[in-house]
Amino acid sequence: MKRLNYRTKAVILAAALIVILVFLYALGSLIPESAVAGSFLEAGQPPSRKHLFGTDSLGRDLFLRTLKGMSLSLTVGFSASMISAVIAVVVGVIAATGSKRADAVINWVIDLVMSVPHTILVILISFAMGRGLKGLLIGIAATHWCSLARLIRGEVLQLRSQQYAAVSRKLGKSSGWILIHHLLPHLLPQFLIGLILMLLHAILHEAAISFLGFGLPPEQSAIGIILSESMRYLSAGMWWSAMLPGLSLVLIVLLVDRLGERLRTVLDPYSAQE
Amino acid sequence: MKLEAKKVSFRYDRKRPWVLENLELSVNEGERLALLAPSGYGKTTLAMLLAGYLRPQEGEILLDGKPLPQKGVCPVQLIYQHPEKAINPRWRLRKVLEEAGAFSEETLSSFGIEPDWLSRFPRELSGGELQRFCVARALLSGPKFLICDEISAMLDTVTQAQLWRRILEEGERQPLGMIVITHNLFLAKQVCTRGYDLEKGESIEL
Amino acid sequence: MEEKKRPLLEIRDLSVSFSMYSHGLEQRDLQVISDLHLKVFPGEIVAVAGSSGSGKSLLASAILGILPENAQVQGEMYYEGEKLDHDRQERLRGTEIALVPQSVAYLDPLMKVGRQADGHRKPRPIAKRKNLFRRLGLPDRTERLYPFQLSGGMARRVLVSTALITDAKLIIADEPTPGMSLKEALAALRMFREMADTGKAVILITHDIDLAFEFADRIAVFYAGTTVETAPASDFKAGPDALRHPYSKALWSALPQNGFHLIEGVQPYAGNLPKGCLFAPRCPYCTEKCKETLPPVREVRGGEVRCWREA
Repeated sequence: MKRLNYRTKAVILAAALIVILVFLYALGSLIPESAVAGSFLEAGQPPSRKHLFGTDSLGRDLFLRTLKGMSLSLTVGFSASMISAVIAVVVGVIAATGSKRADAVINWVIDLVMSVPHTILVILISFAMGRGLKGLLIGIAATHWCSLARLIRGEVLQLRSQQYAAVSRKLGKSSGWILIHHLLPHLLPQFLIGLILMLLHAILHEAAISFLGFGLPPEQSAIGIILSESMRYLSAGMWWSAMLPGLSLVLIVLLVDRLGERLRTVLDPYSAQE
Repeated sequence: MKLEAKKVSFRYDRKRPWVLENLELSVNEGERLALLAPSGYGKTTLAMLLAGYLRPQEGEILLDGKPLPQKGVCPVQLIYQHPEKAINPRWRLRKVLEEAGAFSEETLSSFGIEPDWLSRFPRELSGGELQRFCVARALLSGPKFLICDEISAMLDTVTQAQLWRRILEEGERQPLGMIVITHNLFLAKQVCTRGYDLEKGESIEL
Repeated sequence: MEEKKRPLLEIRDLSVSFSMYSHGLEQRDLQVISDLHLKVFPGEIVAVAGSSGSGKSLLASAILGILPENAQVQGEMYYEGEKLDHDRQERLRGTEIALVPQSVAYLDPLMKVGRQADGHRKPRPIAKRKNLFRRLGLPDRTERLYPFQLSGGMARRVLVSTALITDAKLIIADEPTPGMSLKEALAALRMFREMADTGKAVILITHDIDLAFEFADRIAVFYAGTTVETAPASDFKAGPDALRHPYSKALWSALPQNGFHLIEGVQPYAGNLPKGCLFAPRCPYCTEKCKETLPPVREVRGGEVRCWREA
């Protein structure tokens, strides 16, 4: 068999990572709510063959709750970072191509958002937006676009000064045409890698905010909620209720991080050389 | 048709010295004017002014007595020295030509473009081959004047001769005025009808 | 006169190829330099002239050992009779072998050019540099400018000065003259001539062959990544009859001052080189033998050529 080259390997790995993430997401969302209903007879059991991650103080199976939690994390993370990335592109392009004043205003807003710690801002926004899933989504989406927007602004400024973009204008093409045909295709790598990096942040922020009690309602099977509940019982010796769901969160973050790394290899022209 | 620069002055910044001052220049349809000057005399700046890429602070660039249109296809087209910068590296070369308009097989061969280059990416072609695309693209848009800024300075002599042969043939087919910026007096003698020395500000017999 | 001097640099059968991704995930090899031979003696200027995209700049990188990582190099190089391997290249780079780079992009955009020309040498060779700048026709204020403030031709002269300020025995100048007017180009080349006359060797990579044969001692003609002919500059002045390879003759005749004659066709693509002589597809004298086998390097009338016709 022909030896696989560097790039092919990266593509295969990235595809495998996406399959794993989709699989985890599907698994969690297929579990019915009834399956995680607890029975007090089984409350506080350590991991066993029947309950791989043990059960919590209400007798709910922690493995199933964790799976549902991971699925929820991915949903929240992906939707929030997708919205954020689209905001980043729109804002970045407007800053680079619009009037000087628009650019100044956008830069000022970016500085403002970036100067406040994310966690506090997410808490404030999601509180104002009525907590719950919607509040959390808006909170995360509204705070994560800044650095990507700045990156895209710089990239567009540089692309716009390219000779081929100037030639295009003299061939009678409109600004919109140039934007779509010359500029946006160049932004795809930044967009995708930015998206994955944001996904990472969004998942962690979702967990952190829920852990602090400002995010999702306590009946939801979210990893943040599970961890926050387990805190009360840690001193009672229920180590599994924090450790195993916690490790699952780390696993998801690692998977996403690897995916970002692989995508960078595939998209970056410099790493394209062996 | 006549392209003229009337008392044109230009500088990039108010704090910096004038790159060009009170420049007077005019080229008629069918004429090929060579602009000769040492480096630092604003040759590239002048090329960009004439093609409407830059606007002079003082004076004006007129085509048949009217300023260049700011929108639509510009009747004055500029060809740059480095073709690899003037072509989007992510585009296949078919798209590069299509940007200027529809083209036929015949046009391709008259510019010395092989049909199978169209499906390639720019990095798979040499500078001379890419420059043919830049020339073809400029001429496909149907210009009245062509500004050539050292377009063959990076090419070997054979490729240079090939490129100019095509441009001159095309220039005879359609009435075209040309401004050729070069440092090579011999080249100017081969391809131009008259010359102008930017440094001294006077015409040269070719 | 000495009988046969030892070459300062000798390159034998150098080949450089890159593996590149062509479409999607497919890789293919691009042979950018093939079986190249070149000798450079102390005290001479060898001009490397030829078609654009024929691998001339890569030759400079190969000698200095600064090729990109995905390049595969075959063949041998000798410097002062000893093998030039990677360690030695690293030691000699910038001290014994200096490069005049091709583009302004090689200058640090945040440093004034006077400082850059001085380099890390201590004490700073200010007087020497000022003198060099003056002889290259750079006004005194140049040393206080940043690279973006220079015009193309000025930037090239600054680049030239960065190499001339070293005590290198071998100077490789990669396209030092484009963007300069004839007068400036002549001034820069005259400096290389002076350097060579003090016993240094200069490899002048250029496509301005008319300038090259005014100043060089020998000219190596490049085509599709190899030297098809190496001839004394006087042969180029004498005209096509003194030259050996059909491509050298074509280059000469295509000069605007020599009639602007052209031959049709294009240089083969590095991913798809012909099997035999690389010039065969465009050669008016091409035979079956030329298509099948690459001609070896042979000495003909005081020059070296790769052509079956000169057998």
